[in-house]
Amino acid sequence: MGKHKTPQLDELKKGKWPSFVREIERAASKSERTVDLLGQLEKSYEDGITLWKHGGMVGVRGYGSGVVGRFSDVPEEFPGVQEYHTARVLSVPGFFYTSDTLRKLADICDKYAGGIFNFHGSTGDIQILGFTQAEAEDLFQSLAKIGFDLGGSGSALRSPSACVGQARCEWACYDTMHACREITNYFLDEVHRPPFYYKFKIKFSGCPIDCTSSGARSDLSVIGVWKDNIKIDQEKIAEYANTFDIIKYVVNKCPSKCISFKEGKFTINDKFCVKCMHCIATMPRALKPGDVKGAQLRLGAKAPVVDGPRLGFLLLPFYDINKDKEDGYSYFTDLVQRIWDFWDEHGKNRERIGELVQRFGIGNFMEEIGIEPHPAVVSYPRTNPYIKFDNQIDKEE
Amino acid sequence: MGQEDKRITDVGVPNYEDYLPPIIKDNYGKWLYHEVIKPGVLLHVAESGDKLYSVRVGSPRLLSTDTIRDFANLAEKYCGGFLRFTTRNNIEFLLTDENNIDLLTKEINEMGFPVGGIDNTIGNVIHTQGWLHCHTSASDASGVVKAIMDELYDYFVNPLLPAKIRMAFACCINMCGSVATSDIALVAVHRKLPEINDEKLRNLCEIPTVVASCPVHAIRVVKRDDKTSVEIDKKLCFYCGNCYTVCPAMPLSDKNYDGLAIFVGGKISNTRTKPTFAKLAVPFLHNNPPRWPEVVDAVKTIVKAYKNGAQKGERVGEWIDRIGWPRFFEITGFEFTKYHIDDFRLSEATLNYSNHSTL
Repeated sequence: MGKHKTPQLDELKKGKWPSFVREIERAASKSERTVDLLGQLEKSYEDGITLWKHGGMVGVRGYGSGVVGRFSDVPEEFPGVQEYHTARVLSVPGFFYTSDTLRKLADICDKYAGGIFNFHGSTGDIQILGFTQAEAEDLFQSLAKIGFDLGGSGSALRSPSACVGQARCEWACYDTMHACREITNYFLDEVHRPPFYYKFKIKFSGCPIDCTSSGARSDLSVIGVWKDNIKIDQEKIAEYANTFDIIKYVVNKCPSKCISFKEGKFTINDKFCVKCMHCIATMPRALKPGDVKGAQLRLGAKAPVVDGPRLGFLLLPFYDINKDKEDGYSYFTDLVQRIWDFWDEHGKNRERIGELVQRFGIGNFMEEIGIEPHPAVVSYPRTNPYIKFDNQIDKEE
Repeated sequence: MGQEDKRITDVGVPNYEDYLPPIIKDNYGKWLYHEVIKPGVLLHVAESGDKLYSVRVGSPRLLSTDTIRDFANLAEKYCGGFLRFTTRNNIEFLLTDENNIDLLTKEINEMGFPVGGIDNTIGNVIHTQGWLHCHTSASDASGVVKAIMDELYDYFVNPLLPAKIRMAFACCINMCGSVATSDIALVAVHRKLPEINDEKLRNLCEIPTVVASCPVHAIRVVKRDDKTSVEIDKKLCFYCGNCYTVCPAMPLSDKNYDGLAIFVGGKISNTRTKPTFAKLAVPFLHNNPPRWPEVVDAVKTIVKAYKNGAQKGERVGEWIDRIGWPRFFEITGFEFTKYHIDDFRLSEATLNYSNHSTL
């Protein structure tokens, strides 16, 4: 190091929060190209703009996905980052690792790349930063030898991810890690070989707290839920009643006002419960999701590009994913295939499924993929009389 | 390597069973309850009576191989060689011996990493690549987050807030990650028209794709010097960069025009209220590296106002819903401008069709 003066980045080595600059420096102490990463970043801080070039195809043979090209716009000044590409690597569901595997990944990252990772990228991939096209194949094969594969990029099924689920959470209403692994492997071709108009994301959360943020960013969001009664332990309720005001912090916060706490007895009118999780999360020793567990599917969430951000709407209020697990998730994979066929038939370039179904009409879309209309798909029914009745179409035909 | 018959492809997702500590394998799907036993430490109790202690560590996400090796060593010393990461990029050490919590925490702190991020804290900040490694970024991501968390460090290690704050940073409106549903969402924005390079456009871009990329139909085909190019209607363009994403001949980064917007009150969980996007609080602050003091101040203003005003258990958005947006702008001192009134798709639904108003 010392090759580039980095006064602005040096400032970010100070302070209590762990410093990314120190991490880059630590990698740069072993990797010459990463010295130039520091140099280029300092120049960005001076110039006030990014210095990465737009575009450039990079990849491994047989895959159209998994490697994101990064070429420097100023390679004369920083030759080490002329090529400094990213590999997206499918992570372990639940993000569990062993020390042995982490060391092997670190060795690969040192040998073929810049000695630096993102643990993890926003979508949930392990990201290895800083290799050239010439090194991509060896990097890929070294990963494959220890059981790791590349993830999705471009107009592909992006690497699905899961919350920790039943591995370490009593609220998980289905086995998120199992579903994530099986379903990703079933659709592995769509991960590696982009077949779509644009990206497609699937994420698995075990309960409506949604720790993977699937409802805000996955085209198809799988969120665990139960449909019978919340289990209540009155003795534990009594213990909580000694530590805080249950009326104020639980009963009054219930969005459907279906809880009462009178004369020491805690009751829930489950018929009106919307499964928001507040009471359970506030008194985890006393309350638990019921026994009839499954999942809800929300569709169409996405970030702003192109036509503005969307949250996922409730496509299917209950689906028995636990039974489907026994059937190899065949209901789920069939449904996804129907959604993709619909997208294929009606979509446009760079149009996400959420944008398409809005353009096409949610009701029409549900009819095409074979899901019955139900009132939970809307906040409230239509308020205008501009109804396009089917019989009108039939007459003209 | 290189021999055709030995080439391995399509191995798929690793089998997580190879990576689970014994206590998790033994109690998979059989957990009874969990609670926070001290800042940064969760206790999970299984039906079997087994107890698992998870020590959560804040992370800048970008980690060197040697730091990963240090974490691997700690996992071997204290956790039988197992660890995990969270969906917010924390590292979590999974302990079965309660006595090791303080020893491990001490070693983590000596490495320069904090333990915390659980309960009513500012959790680990999700962020994107920024200038460090992205070609469309309008700001750096790691730098802004570092500057903010240096100042708000205590809020990560101790539960000082009425409820949790989820903060996230996206370095352009592409918004990699779940930025838009955060309690405090920082989004880097461009504000300059793309500069069209005719020569590059003809060589590198599909013109119909460029025209179609614009969400407000601001791009039209024109002839310049007898050759086909495009022009942008500057009255319509809002600098989203969609055209640049499909065509490198239309860059829009500019030191004096790029900066950040701040949105507040988003929420992804279904607890109590429905998930919702964050809403605009501050339309624009200039990039001011290396410490972005104006951005740090604005975030501190929001955190302070929330901490002072919210009732126990209220998230930022719930607090603002209760007091109303006029009071929010009054308390924070942020100016309410025409930019705060939505004019994009669905904007009609955002107006106040009533007489309800704090006066």
